[in-house]
Order: sequence, then C-alpha cells, then structure tokens
Amino acid sequence: MAKDDVKLIGAWPSPFVNRAQIALNIKSVKYEFLEEKFGSKSELLLKSNPVHKKIPVMIHNDQPICESLVIVEYIDEVWSSGPSILPSDPYDRATGRFWAAYIDDKLFPAIRGIGTADGEEAKKAAIEPVIEGLAYLEEEFIKSSKGKNFFGGDKIGYLDIAFGSFLGWIRVTEKMNSVKLIDESKTPNLFKWAEKFCADNSVKDVIPDTDKLSEFAKVLMAKLRNPQN
Amino acid sequence: MAEEVKLFRTWSSPYALRIVWALKLKGIEYETIFEDLTNKSPSLLQYNPIHGKVPVLVHDGKPVCESLVILEYVDETWKHNPLLPQDPYEKSMARFWANFGDDKLMKSIWQLFIAHEKDQDVAAVAALENLKLVEEQLKGKKFFHGETIGYLDLAFGWIANIVSILEEIMSLKLVDGERFPHLSSWIQHFMDAPVIRDCWPPRDKMIIKFQVMRENYLAPATPK
Repeated sequence: MAKDDVKLIGAWPSPFVNRAQIALNIKSVKYEFLEEKFGSKSELLLKSNPVHKKIPVMIHNDQPICESLVIVEYIDEVWSSGPSILPSDPYDRATGRFWAAYIDDKLFPAIRGIGTADGEEAKKAAIEPVIEGLAYLEEEFIKSSKGKNFFGGDKIGYLDIAFGSFLGWIRVTEKMNSVKLIDESKTPNLFKWAEKFCADNSVKDVIPDTDKLSEFAKVLMAKLRNPQN
Repeated sequence: MAEEVKLFRTWSSPYALRIVWALKLKGIEYETIFEDLTNKSPSLLQYNPIHGKVPVLVHDGKPVCESLVILEYVDETWKHNPLLPQDPYEKSMARFWANFGDDKLMKSIWQLFIAHEKDQDVAAVAALENLKLVEEQLKGKKFFHGETIGYLDLAFGWIANIVSILEEIMSLKLVDGERFPHLSSWIQHFMDAPVIRDCWPPRDKMIIKFQVMRENYLAPATPK
C-alpha cells in the first residue's frame, strides 16, 4: 500500500483547524502542519481551496479536502482501522451531525457575538442565546454519553470534537467578558466533560492555552477595528 | 414489525422535497404530514424543538432534522440504491458541494432576488460566479455523480425548480443555455426524471408565493 502523505493547512488559534488535528491524532496519523501566517493566505491555500480560501484544508496524497466537519468524516472513513470517531448507528450519527450543524450555525456565532457586543445591555442580550444553547448541549450530553465521560461514550467521538474544539474560545470569552458560560452549577456535565476532553491525549496539545489565545484575541480585535494596520 | 416512517413537510419547501425524492428513490413507504408554518403543529414542535422547521423525518418514533442530515440518515438506513458515493474522497466532495449550495449559492441567488434595482448588478455577479462553479462540476456528466441521480442532484434539485420561478418574477434569465450549457442540460434531465417530475409543487402557486415574498422585501418600510 502506498505511503500516506498528509498535510494540514491551518493556524493554531482556529477551532476548525483544531478539529482536524484532533481527528488525525485519534487515528495516530502522521501529518505535516503548514501554518498559515496571520493576515495573509498562502499560494497553496488559494490553490487547494479556491472556492472559500479558508482553513483548514487537508491534503491527502495531493487531494485537497475542505470544511472541518467534512474533513473529520473523511479521516474517520479513510483510517477505518483506527478508533472510530462517528458512532456506527445511523440514528446516533444523524444526532451528532445535527448538533454539529447547530454548533456551527447557531452556537459559535452567538459566542462570537458576546465578544463583539458593545455595552452591558448588548452583552447581556448576547449571552442569553449562548446559555440557552449550552443548556441544550448539557441535555444532549446526558442522553448521548449514557453515563460515560464523552458525548461519544468511553472515548472521544464526533460531537466531542465538533463542540470541544471551541473550548479554547469559550474560555477566552469567559475570561475577557467576566462571564461563566460552562457553569459548574448550571451545566455540571459539560463542566466535567470539558476538563476530561482537554486533558485527553489527542486533544491536550491542540486546544490552545487560554492566556495565549487571549493575547491572540486582542491582536485579532485590534486588527478587525483597524484593518489598515 | 412494519417500519413507521413519517415526513413533516410544507407544500413548497425545497428542503423537504429532497427527502420526498430520496424516499421515492429508495422505494420507502411513508406518511406525509403537511405543516402550516404560521401555525405549527404540537407534533412538529415536539419533534424539532430547536428549530421548529421542516423537513423532519420520524422513523419508528425517532425524529431526524436538517435535510442534508436526513439524506445521509436515509442513505445509511436503507442501503439499496445508494445516494452517496462509496469512495471517501468522492463522498467528501459531495458533502462539500452540498454545503456550498446551501451556504453560498442559495444565499447569493436569494440576495439577487430581493435586491433593489440599483443593487442588482452587484448581486448578479456573485450569483453568476457561484453558478459557474456548479457548472464546472457537471462537465462530462449527466448527473453530479455520473449516470444516475444521487445525493448531490437532490441537494441541488432546488435549482431545477425555483430558479426558473425566480427568473420569471425578476424578468431576468440567470441560467441560460449559452453561459451554462451543462447546468441547463442537467436541469432538463433532472426535471424529466420519473422519480423527480411528479413531485414538483404547483408552479402557479409557487409564483404567487415568491412574488409576495419579493414585494414584502422590496416595499419601503411603512410607518405604523
């Protein structure tokens, strides 16, 4: 069998890139990480993802795969002999995919909304949908984990990756806005899960440290406010 | 024990049509529940509490929501007449393009549809660029996956129906045979396919519906 050549175009602060990294780690796949410079897009990125020009892009034996959740499913299907990421039951797979779409379409934009809210009233209003969303996920965790450590049960699965990849940014948002989002009293299961997820071998070197990510967030906010710099 | 399959839909939803087609292609018997989204049934709200939207597929009492998620569920549950390719790379391409269709293409065509005259040119550029990308995917193929209808044809099916309705209302030809020969040809093949063609919602009703929607968007805000 030909040797696998795997490259991942990405950047360390991106939760979408982190998803691909975690999935590759779960499967023990060796890959070359091609770090994009903040504020510019490499030739390779533009060539590999001409439609969106976004990271992550995984290049497997010269074939590019784009979109973080598409990449995670691809990794699961190609390296099928490794620990499985998606559950085997079609209904459980559908449930995982539903919640991953919810996280991308609703929850993550709401979390970003806290950071960009101007003033106390706006911030309070921005926090509400996030708390609501996390309450849904707390419920889903109880159903899906069946008493075990992760959404995927005994080990990290698809929804753990889809949601867990945002934990770095959730923590930064909590710190920079003095708000508790994953609250030990309100979402006790998510609280415990977050710690276990971030400590897992496939995750611990991927999700950025909160302080480092906070520093980056400040640079990012400054650049968004002053694009010419 | 006989399987129980229900589909919550509206008469016009293109997302729900994807599932109607998929179930037909697989020969699955099911019960249809038509919803009025201005007056949602308790069942719909119970099965889709997060979004309250259609389609919802309920299989032996268990709900599945979000049309592309439902398509994959249908394909994985009833494995004959597969919709998605087997090869992981081909599968990832199909998923990528389906997402593009919903996230970029549909939005850009909608933006053009509700654009005021002064904004139409700019909106048209984006819509045409996105349509060109889809056109390129069809080169040398009858349907997106080859000779038979599959996942991506169902995901893009709304193009075959809604675009001509929007074109008629706007008096603007978007998908013309010269600029989009492959897409135009695909539309013809898809419209004519026996499994597909009997499911279209009534065209005159669709025209009225979209005309009203457009008028609401274009009307200047009236003071209360």
